[in-house]
Amino acid sequence: MAEIDTGGGKKVSTKVDMTPMVDLGFLLITFFMLTTTMSKPKTMEINMPDKTEDKKKDKIEVKESHTLTLLLDKDNKIFWYRGMLKPDKSLDELTKTDFKTIRKTLLDLKKEIGSVVNSKTKKTEWAIVVVIKLTDRAKYRNMVDILDEMNITDIQKYAIVDLAEADEDYLARYLDREKGGGSSKEDKKEK
Amino acid sequence: MPKIKIKRKSVSLDMTAMCDVAFLLLSFFMLTTTFKPEEPLPVDTPSSVSEIPMPDKDHVIISIGRKGEVFFGVDGTQSRIKILERVAEKYKVPLTKAQKEQFSTLPAHGVPIRQLPAFLDLPVDQRSKVVKKGIPVDTNLEKNELRDWVISTIGEGRKMRYVIKGDGAASYKTVKWVIATMQDLNINRFNLITSLERAPTTTTEKK
Repeated sequence: MAEIDTGGGKKVSTKVDMTPMVDLGFLLITFFMLTTTMSKPKTMEINMPDKTEDKKKDKIEVKESHTLTLLLDKDNKIFWYRGMLKPDKSLDELTKTDFKTIRKTLLDLKKEIGSVVNSKTKKTEWAIVVVIKLTDRAKYRNMVDILDEMNITDIQKYAIVDLAEADEDYLARYLDREKGGGSSKEDKKEK
Repeated sequence: MPKIKIKRKSVSLDMTAMCDVAFLLLSFFMLTTTFKPEEPLPVDTPSSVSEIPMPDKDHVIISIGRKGEVFFGVDGTQSRIKILERVAEKYKVPLTKAQKEQFSTLPAHGVPIRQLPAFLDLPVDQRSKVVKKGIPVDTNLEKNELRDWVISTIGEGRKMRYVIKGDGAASYKTVKWVIATMQDLNINRFNLITSLERAPTTTTEKK
């Protein structure tokens, strides 16, 4: 019977050189780390007013003094006025601002207008209602930014509304005057 | 002078532990990874402080490119085929089985339906070279193909979330049309994809 030779032969080391394996391991890690998408994209939810049921349902009554209308134009410009737009509305009531100062404006106006008790939920909430109107010259970024400002300033009542012709007119008249008249009252007021 | 004998130390380390760690990490990344789907058009999303994560499934992504190209994408390969069939039927565009198969692999597309069969016949590597104008969105409902794509997703039976992925530099005009199209179909809830921006610590930081 043949004997299994265990002792006499040369002992082969069981240690394997792991370096290439480690190299390979880290190479693959790097690959996966770079291709992986760890964080999911964030989203912002937005509810648009229902067009079809708008006529059927009675609209929520909003006091004129509580409304603030923002007009967003090109070059990240924001114009705002309070209340309703009547044909005889003075151009002085329109204020020009931008995204840097809009937050302060919103916060100031929110405090100025104050809070009311919601008749349905019996909770006190800010009375301010912001109507956002974007001109076709505005960028999509402006829309997201202004919605973001609403979130930051904690204004719950806001809506994106189509720009009415009257608004467009009003804005055009304001810009015309600005071009002609040089520094307007609004600029001084802001400072 | 006596010679100083330097003890030779072996430079080879025991790599086993390191190897273990490497492969542990490797398996972690392999399991958690989800490959970025190939983006048919580059979109630079604006940033916001919103932290709502994007819905995993049952979403319809409408991408709007810098120049206002509109792209449409749905999740689920089976859904894609069904949706394509419905739209193709409406426009009487004949599609072969292979073309449908090809379509189901696309995460999003932005070709008018009449040009779609020709586009799907192209080899994959040549598709990116085709100039894509996007799906026609128009105030004129007859020419609004996006409307038909969206209608066919409603028939899918799933509760779809409509996600708008717009480029920050895109004109609001296009976005307005896209939203108007959806509102016309009584879809009033949207998710806008934004990249995360650090929220201001206090809301009255700027004076």
